[in-house]
Amino acid sequence: MKGTNLGEFEELVLLTIAALIKDAYSVSICDEIERITDRKVKLGVVHAVLNRLDKKGYVQSHLGEATKVRGGRRKRFFTVTHAGKATLHKVKEQRDQLWSLIPEFTLKLV
Amino acid sequence: MKSNKTHTPPKWAERLLEWYCRANVLEDLQGDLHEFFDRNLEEKGPFRARLNFVLDVFKFMRPYTIKKLEIFNNITPFIMFKNYFKTSVRSIARNKLFSAINVIGLAISMSVCLLMISFLSELFSYDKFHPNADRMYRLMTTNQFLERDPSEFASTSILAGKRLQEEVPGIEASVIMNNGFGGDAKIGDKTIPIGGLWATQDFFGVFPAFQLLQGNPETALAEPYSVVLTEEAATKLYGDDEAMGQTIKLGKEDIYTVTGIIKKPPHNSHFTFESLGSMITYENERKETPDDTYWIGWNNIWSNYVYVLLNENTSIAQVSASMDKIVAEENAKDDRVKNYISFQPLLSIMPGKDLSNNIGKGMDTRILWLLSGLTFIVMLSAGFNYTNLSIARSLRRAKEVGVRKVVGARRKQIFSQFMTEAILISLISLIFAVFLFYVIKPEFLNLDGEIQSAARLLTTPSLFAYFIIFTVLIGSMAGFFPAIFLSKLQAVKVLKDAGSTRLFKKVNMRKVLIVVQFTLSLAFIISATIAFRQYKYSLAFDLGFKTENILNVRLQGNDVNTVASAFEKIPEIAEISRSMMIPSVGSTYGNTIKYEDPLDSATMYYNTIDENYIPLLKHELIAGSNFESRPEQEKEEFIIVNEQLLKRFDIGTPEEAIGKKIQINRNGDKVSIRGVVRDFYYSTVDREIKSFGFRYRPGQYQYLNLKVSTTDVIGTMSKLESAWTEVDDVHEFNAMFYDERIEQAYSEFSVMFTIIGFLAFITISIAALGLLGMAVYTAETRLKEISIRKVLGATEGSLIKLLTRGFMWLLIISSLIAVPATYFLFDSVVLAESVNRISIGIVELSSGVIVIFAIGFLMIGSQTWKAAKSNPAETLRSE
Repeated sequence: MKGTNLGEFEELVLLTIAALIKDAYSVSICDEIERITDRKVKLGVVHAVLNRLDKKGYVQSHLGEATKVRGGRRKRFFTVTHAGKATLHKVKEQRDQLWSLIPEFTLKLV
Repeated sequence: MKSNKTHTPPKWAERLLEWYCRANVLEDLQGDLHEFFDRNLEEKGPFRARLNFVLDVFKFMRPYTIKKLEIFNNITPFIMFKNYFKTSVRSIARNKLFSAINVIGLAISMSVCLLMISFLSELFSYDKFHPNADRMYRLMTTNQFLERDPSEFASTSILAGKRLQEEVPGIEASVIMNNGFGGDAKIGDKTIPIGGLWATQDFFGVFPAFQLLQGNPETALAEPYSVVLTEEAATKLYGDDEAMGQTIKLGKEDIYTVTGIIKKPPHNSHFTFESLGSMITYENERKETPDDTYWIGWNNIWSNYVYVLLNENTSIAQVSASMDKIVAEENAKDDRVKNYISFQPLLSIMPGKDLSNNIGKGMDTRILWLLSGLTFIVMLSAGFNYTNLSIARSLRRAKEVGVRKVVGARRKQIFSQFMTEAILISLISLIFAVFLFYVIKPEFLNLDGEIQSAARLLTTPSLFAYFIIFTVLIGSMAGFFPAIFLSKLQAVKVLKDAGSTRLFKKVNMRKVLIVVQFTLSLAFIISATIAFRQYKYSLAFDLGFKTENILNVRLQGNDVNTVASAFEKIPEIAEISRSMMIPSVGSTYGNTIKYEDPLDSATMYYNTIDENYIPLLKHELIAGSNFESRPEQEKEEFIIVNEQLLKRFDIGTPEEAIGKKIQINRNGDKVSIRGVVRDFYYSTVDREIKSFGFRYRPGQYQYLNLKVSTTDVIGTMSKLESAWTEVDDVHEFNAMFYDERIEQAYSEFSVMFTIIGFLAFITISIAALGLLGMAVYTAETRLKEISIRKVLGATEGSLIKLLTRGFMWLLIISSLIAVPATYFLFDSVVLAESVNRISIGIVELSSGVIVIFAIGFLMIGSQTWKAAKSNPAETLRSE
């Protein structure tokens, strides 16, 4: 078991999975991240991250129905596990805590 | 893009992915890549899409996607091997007939292949024992007279060798040899013939592998009158006494000193010798007559051999470039005869080109190709049998495959199971094949003198290794198609469809194989028939004179009159004549002659005879008269010529020709025509008759021709032999009946006939066995059908017709292919250049077809007859 720390990109992927609800599979995750963050995301990277998240136990996956696209191959859909959710919450809490400590004017955009 | 559907990712990349990727990751990864591919196809076009796909496939090679080394998976076949072996043995034992057919066919053809393998491996071992063999070359001469076809010689001129030694750089060592050394060696009062070569000093520099046991390799051949003997020759001459330093009297009372003892050249050396004489002796003897410089001339290319060893960093191209300059220079001096010199690598001498004046053994590469080709055909035939029968039998094995697959066997495993079985069968065949190999080996060696001198076919361990590799190879090839076929079967279909005959409907390959097999067999039979007929034809051919009961005795250097008078005393000898050579057995002597026109010359082949020769051999004199006995010293005055010679020079009718003068020597000597004989075949009958003359030159005789009238041949021969021994106790009596000698001259045909006939017999037997197997199978599988037909009223005749028809069609197709092909092959290739040849007719061509049809009908007919005769009640009751 790898450490439970969540990397920046891992967090992003995990959040995306949660956001896509039932429609999260590798390609859609890629697209979604690209849409939101406006940065180029390589499929290989997402794949590797999904694999890592799976190992850490934050996501679970199942194969969907076969369709005509994708050369007849089934999609692997991902959902966030309980552990995943807990971690996401924990990360958010830590961030919020830090946010609350910052005086309001310091971060004001000009 | 409308053409989206036609673009797919590269197949190989997909396979690569499938190969390395773990099963649990594979499917969605593949899907993802496809999705991106489709997307890229629309955005960036097919090229970029494919490129990206390939790149991605490589990019995804990551620790978490790559399969674990599945040791367990790889080990399964080994664990299963025991099971495969067991099932194979059981299935072989269960189908006794089929296994027997396969084993017999494979064993027979493999024995021929084993023979070929040992033959080839021996031939290709020639001269490999020389340490620098790759840097050794022999000078080869291409001789061309005016615009005629050039002929190639293994020999060259001494001049070429000398100029090469002096002028061409980059040569480490070179040796000039001449094959005229040897003769009757006299030691004390003993006379023992020895053979050998003249060789220059550097012989051992070129051939260090010919080991000198005693003596100094640098000086052994340096002095005149030195001789190096092989161990065997030394024992022959001196027994157990020390040979080094002894003297031998050779030739014209010359005294030679033994300066070295050499190991006997190995069997796989392309030339051998008993002794080596120092070449300087030969040269000194020639220099005694300074006027005659022909021996050192550029055109004296007949009996000298030059071998060179190149420097390590010299290429043969450099050497031949320098040599070409010398050749051009020398050829410029003679406007009629040109000699071109090329370098023949030592390792391609034997087997190699078919050259004239070979120094020792020779084996034409083309003959090897031919033999290997024929052997291959035989093997193919047996392999086809296995493939055919196995596919036919696979009906029975289909269920087994189905069950195995259901239990979890992979395709690869089924494949290896059936490969195991095929290899097992071929290994069993190997055992029989080795026995057969020992049976046919001596037969093969005795076929032809050339084969016998070239090969001994000793069986060595490495040869057996070759045999086993070969066997495994044959097994795999024969088993490949059945294994592929069976491993392809789908478990569901096989198990659901009990009869499963439908699975085999599409197997047309079987028919193709049968057709190929029978085409080859037919071609073989027809070829064998033609070869046999041509052989018999050549033997029975009317040569133009009589050869019955003529015994030719070689004089071997003895005085002709002494021998003749010794034989005259024997009452069974009716007549005796003398001649220089024996015509009509292949070899010819020729010289250039001229008639009235000094610019018009032609080759006249000739024999030198005495006055008894023409009546003894019953040559027909059309005009003029025979020679008269004349004393020996007198100048050559008369000649008896053939009709062709008259035609060649347009001399007119035979009667007119008598008394006309012909110039027969370079120095202008003329002889007058005394008689004209009817044309006869002085060479072999496949060559055209050209100008021929009988000359009368006492002192040139090499043979006695004895007319023998006896019923007790053996008794007469022993009388002759004892008469011979009185005259000459050194050489063995060497005599042969003319007819036998002629047979020997055509041994080429007889060897060809024997080999092809034997192979024809084998291929036919194998093909017949295969056909039998197929017939048994067909009759067996259709037994119920036949019974039902019978119940419904079919006659036995119609049933036989039904079952036979399919096979007969295949045979007809084979004949349609084989007959014209073989006819063409012989008519315009093999026999095209022969003058007197059989015309290939209906008899030769149809013989094969009849044999094949007879065999085919016998095989198929017997089985279908059995099936048709069977009682329907018996066969149908069990259901």
